[in-house]
Amino acid sequence: MSENILQVRNLEIYYGDKRAVNGISMDVEKNAITALIGPSGCGKSTFLRTINRMNDLIPGARAEGEIIYEDLNLLSDQMNVVALRKEIGMVFQKPNPFPKSIYDNITHALKYNRIKKKSQLDEIVEESLRKAALWDEVKDRLHKSALSLSGGQQQRLCIARTIAMKPTVVLLDEPSSALDPISNAKVEELIIELKKEYSIIIVTHNMGQASRISDKTAFFLSGDLMEYDVTEKIFTNPSNQKTEEYISGRFG
Amino acid sequence: MEKIMPAKDRLLKSGKNGLGNEMRGKVLVILCAVIMISVTISITIFLGTKGLQSFIKNGVSPIEFITSTKWNPTNKANPEYGAFPFIFGSFAVTFLSALVAAPLGIGAAIFMTEIAPSWGKKILQPVIELLVGIPSVVYGFIGLSVLVPFIRENIGGLGFSLLAGTIVLSIMILPTITSIATDAMSSLPKSLREGSYALGATRWQTIRKVLIPAGLPTLLTAVILGMARAFGEALAVQMVIGNVRDLPSSFLDASATLTTIITLNMGHTTYGSVENNTLWSMGLILLIMSFVFIILIRYFSSRRKMQ
Amino acid sequence: MTSKSADRIATGVFIVIAVIIVSILVGLFSYILVKGLTHISLDFLTSPSSNVRAGGGIRDQLFNSFYILVLTMIISVPLGLGGGIYMAEYAKPGKVTNTIRSCIEVLSSLPSIVIGMFGLLMFVNLTGWGYTILGGALALTVFNLPVLVRVSEDAIRSVPRELKEGSLALGITHWHTIKTILLPSAFPSILTGAILASGRVFGEAAALLFTAGLSTPRLNYLDWNPFSERSPLNIFRPAETLAVHIWSVNTQGLIPDIEEVSNGSAAVLVISVLLFNLLARWIGTRIHKRITATK
Repeated sequence: MSENILQVRNLEIYYGDKRAVNGISMDVEKNAITALIGPSGCGKSTFLRTINRMNDLIPGARAEGEIIYEDLNLLSDQMNVVALRKEIGMVFQKPNPFPKSIYDNITHALKYNRIKKKSQLDEIVEESLRKAALWDEVKDRLHKSALSLSGGQQQRLCIARTIAMKPTVVLLDEPSSALDPISNAKVEELIIELKKEYSIIIVTHNMGQASRISDKTAFFLSGDLMEYDVTEKIFTNPSNQKTEEYISGRFG
Repeated sequence: MEKIMPAKDRLLKSGKNGLGNEMRGKVLVILCAVIMISVTISITIFLGTKGLQSFIKNGVSPIEFITSTKWNPTNKANPEYGAFPFIFGSFAVTFLSALVAAPLGIGAAIFMTEIAPSWGKKILQPVIELLVGIPSVVYGFIGLSVLVPFIRENIGGLGFSLLAGTIVLSIMILPTITSIATDAMSSLPKSLREGSYALGATRWQTIRKVLIPAGLPTLLTAVILGMARAFGEALAVQMVIGNVRDLPSSFLDASATLTTIITLNMGHTTYGSVENNTLWSMGLILLIMSFVFIILIRYFSSRRKMQ
Repeated sequence: MTSKSADRIATGVFIVIAVIIVSILVGLFSYILVKGLTHISLDFLTSPSSNVRAGGGIRDQLFNSFYILVLTMIISVPLGLGGGIYMAEYAKPGKVTNTIRSCIEVLSSLPSIVIGMFGLLMFVNLTGWGYTILGGALALTVFNLPVLVRVSEDAIRSVPRELKEGSLALGITHWHTIKTILLPSAFPSILTGAILASGRVFGEAAALLFTAGLSTPRLNYLDWNPFSERSPLNIFRPAETLAVHIWSVNTQGLIPDIEEVSNGSAAVLVISVLLFNLLARWIGTRIHKRITATK
């Protein structure tokens, strides 16, 4: 039996009076890739953004229930969301490098966390760029603008700056939907590589991607968790009629 | 290394973990917001109480102040404080200049959006921006040295006149009206134009029957903003209007407005004297009018939202 | 046929309107520059003004204008920036925010003469300073603040949301994100807006009549002690700015060369404002190019 990093219990998420997620419960395995799939507006991104409290930024959004991480409820008012986001990092759909150099993109958050020594910074920059499979492509131009990178490189840079924080969980919100197929393949390879060290939750619209890389898959529909199981089972022999219809492309 | 700490210490709020900085920043910007509120409130309160003193402390009748045409504060035996000529002057130049500038400004906006969008914008837009940039004393000075002699020699009278004030103000508020009217016209949906042209309407018919009615609330907002500027403008008007205490009987007569009387007399009346206090009462009227203009603008923009 | 000709007439009218506006501007500028440039000389710019004799310059007025401008910006930029950050990042929709918005609206629509009166009440009489540069700068701050708040708020709001989220998701506090991500990205637009606002402040006169006054003490430009009475840097001395000078020589001046002095001053004033405008545009397009080039 593998260890769980997150335990979700009766999670309900609201936007004002509108309920977007209807009381879901699931466990997220440690050092595994969990894929969240479902048609647009099914609540999967909302759920993902709730895990590191990014949804707090949306006026009127609130969550009830529990997400347990290291015996603490992430949704509690007592939670220091800033500290939380260092441990549960997030990569977004659209690559969003800061308009700074490649090097500064990675050190931006490190410097904020009082890592000042140049040698230490250099070391972390190289390590995280290597892990993000970007080092060889950018090592000669670390001080050039990050905006000069291609879309795929930008996204890998965003992954690099997230893992530079040494998180335990990495949340990926459709990380390759804005990329071309070759960049997409590289990002997928990278994600599989990352699960050795991190627990990964990925939202994706791409059925192929979910089946290729994830260990477990959760299917969401209109705010409900319809089915959650080992990926292979979901894609070969789903127990829910709707899941089968969705993955075979009949709607969504 | 950090993670050896128990989760509780790492993840719960404790004050030590950098949130103090966050609070400091927040307090700083809230302070700025508070300063803005307090400046607005203190302007209202200070000018309000000061403006009412002539009525409360000096016993000037507010009715007389607003309706009487006799302004004679320096007459020791029987001082008179009728500010009606100035109130009239303010409203007269405001409405007259709006009457001149509104068609020109809206016309220019239509020219830029409907007739010649490409080079119209390229030329008129910077022209309008430059006109906004010219300081009001420069308008006043040119009015004084060009317009006033021109009126005196070619039209009649002293030159210092309601007419001169109106012309100077019209030019000054023209850019305000034009730029907002341009925004109004260009934000109208394309489908309106296409629908009208598809029915065989000419460009003028489309403008008159479809576009102007659709943009009307914003166009009115533009005109009111222009009027607010005209009502409050002081120096440029003061330099050309002549500043007399009597009601003008024609366009060519010299006149005065609330702002010009304040400008002229604030400096050489004794602070706290009755005459000085009546100037503050005129200031209060200006303040009240700028609230009125804001309310009017809000009214029109709520109408725009309803459409 | 009638609708066709009506259309043609209307088009003609619109063209006439456009021509009128362009010629107003051309007329104004050529008048100011033709009349004024002949009078601008190094001597005019560097000699003190005279109250009675001809041949006075605008040295002190020019210095005062820039000095008050700098002071005003030093006071109003941080306040305006703070207000803008508050409105863009911290204000939650509701009564408080609406109140602040109304306050900005009221402040921005106040006639500048009313601001001058408020300045007279607060910074001249209540404080007992008399007419001072500081009082003038504070009055101009009231005049300038709403513009700067709006400029900063718009600039911060137009920074892509993804950048802010990217920074927050790395476990960086909101305030640090504002300082290190939002403000640097918004800086170009804020700068452009602030320069344009400077032009407006530079040309303003009505708010200064009763706050900074209509006179300047004899200045000694070798005296840089800001507490000395004749030092140009003293912020507690009265100061007539260039814009106020144009007004005062025309309405109460005794000098025989009113026309020349005002022509020259008006030209200097308009050229300065024009330079502010061009500078703002130049910065704006340069930055626009830089942003689009990296895409």
